[in-house]
Amino acid sequence: MSKEILTTQDLHLYYGDKEALKGINLNFDAKGITALIGPSGCGKSTYLRTLNRMNDLIPNVTITGTIKFKGENLYAPSADTVQIRKEIGMVFQQPNPFPFSIYDNVIYGLRIAGEKDKEKLDAVVEKSLRQAAVWDEVKDHLHESALALSGGQQQRVCIARVLAVSPEIILLDEPTSALDPVSSSQIETTLLNLRHDYTIITVTHNLQQASRIADRTAFFMNGELVEVDQTKNIFMNPAEKQTEDYISGRFG
Amino acid sequence: MMNPKTQNKVAIGSLYGIAGLVVLILMALLGYILVSGVPQLSWHFLTAPAKAFLEGGGVGVQLYNSFYLLILAMLISFPIALGAAIYLYEYAKDNWVTTTIRTAIEILSSLPSVVVGLFGFLFFVVRLNLGFSILSGAFALTFFNLPLLTRSIEDSLRTIDTTQREGGLALGLSRWETITRVILPAAVPSILTGVILSAGRVFGEAAALIYTAGQSAPALDFTDWNPFNISSPLNPMRPAETLAVHIWKINSEGIMPDAKAISSGSSAVLVLAILLFNFAARYLGKRLYKRLTSA
Repeated sequence: MSKEILTTQDLHLYYGDKEALKGINLNFDAKGITALIGPSGCGKSTYLRTLNRMNDLIPNVTITGTIKFKGENLYAPSADTVQIRKEIGMVFQQPNPFPFSIYDNVIYGLRIAGEKDKEKLDAVVEKSLRQAAVWDEVKDHLHESALALSGGQQQRVCIARVLAVSPEIILLDEPTSALDPVSSSQIETTLLNLRHDYTIITVTHNLQQASRIADRTAFFMNGELVEVDQTKNIFMNPAEKQTEDYISGRFG
Repeated sequence: MMNPKTQNKVAIGSLYGIAGLVVLILMALLGYILVSGVPQLSWHFLTAPAKAFLEGGGVGVQLYNSFYLLILAMLISFPIALGAAIYLYEYAKDNWVTTTIRTAIEILSSLPSVVVGLFGFLFFVVRLNLGFSILSGAFALTFFNLPLLTRSIEDSLRTIDTTQREGGLALGLSRWETITRVILPAAVPSILTGVILSAGRVFGEAAALIYTAGQSAPALDFTDWNPFNISSPLNPMRPAETLAVHIWKINSEGIMPDAKAISSGSSAVLVLAILLFNFAARYLGKRLYKRLTSA
């Protein structure tokens, strides 16, 4: 059992007066894929976005409880959101490449951090795109616009862009829900290749996807964490009735 | 009761009619101005100084003044408008302060330009003692231009999807880096289009300038580029009648024998310049977007 890299304790989140997360206790070991599942509005995406403080952007959000990344409180007054987001990267539902070339997209984080060495940048671009399993498809037009790519390719370029800043944790917010089945399965393959080197936390609506790729699965409902366990157990032998009902399609 | 199909046809027909009418009016106006003005145009007309009483004057000085004033006004108003727009759209929280600022901008943008001109006269010309000068005019134009430009830049920022901002932040860029390195480059083409279009409005503005930049155009010595000399084209403290003001003045009190011809010619030049701005805005915007998005 590897060490816990990210821990959440008694996490509450309020949008104004509405309590969207009602005391979540959930820890993540280093490496491997955890899937967050649950019906729409259950708080899984909201929870995911607390982990790299993306909810900071939304007005009127109050967060209580603690989230610790390697023992450091993410919400401590001294916490640096810029640094946090370098170590905890995020991929979104809609592929959101910048309107620049593929090459520039991948190295954007590094270049802004001040890296100028062309050889090093080239190497990072190739490595990241290979890791994201999109290198072969784009290597001949690295300097063309990323917007010209298909949705699935864009999403993998976005994953490469995150990998290029070498985060430890990668958060994915329904990364395949805007993609066709073929592209989705390519993303899944990509994630499976990455699970040995990164801690991956993905929100998904697609139960089959969770069962295919996740080592662990956490089931959320109504702002609460109902159950978290090895994926196999969640799907074959859930401890909670609610989980079983959801998995078997009785609601949600 | 008409059946839906006929209804549809009637609706489309009348919409076409209205659109056609708008185009027709524009064509008629442009046609009239160009037909009566273009024959007056010549190299001499575009470069020679104006004459007060005699035939054969040109609009060279006025044309130059218009451009110089435009550039100065843009140099002053663009950075302010850019900063204001970035603040309002990217940083400001949605509360009564920003609502007040926005309302203020809206009201400022709907002020009649003659009011802006009179304010400029009282404040810049008289109170700050800048006199009838290019600088007074540029400040007045800034007042006139700032709200429009701020709005247009804010709109440009709005067209950039939130997911782009999230993408930047999620990569560990600071908010400022996200704005300057992701959002602004993506918005440049549309910002540029807005700038050029507002340049067109500024270029054709007369009322705000009559009492600020003045109604006289002292002869310029185009070999003297020392901005401190009174006859230097670069001197910002000299009075400078622009093309639009010139047209107004000739028509209200021109006593040269060819006043009508000069007025027509000047109008044609003005309209052509503004058309040029519009086409340039489209062309450059498209070109730049292509270049920036696939460089």
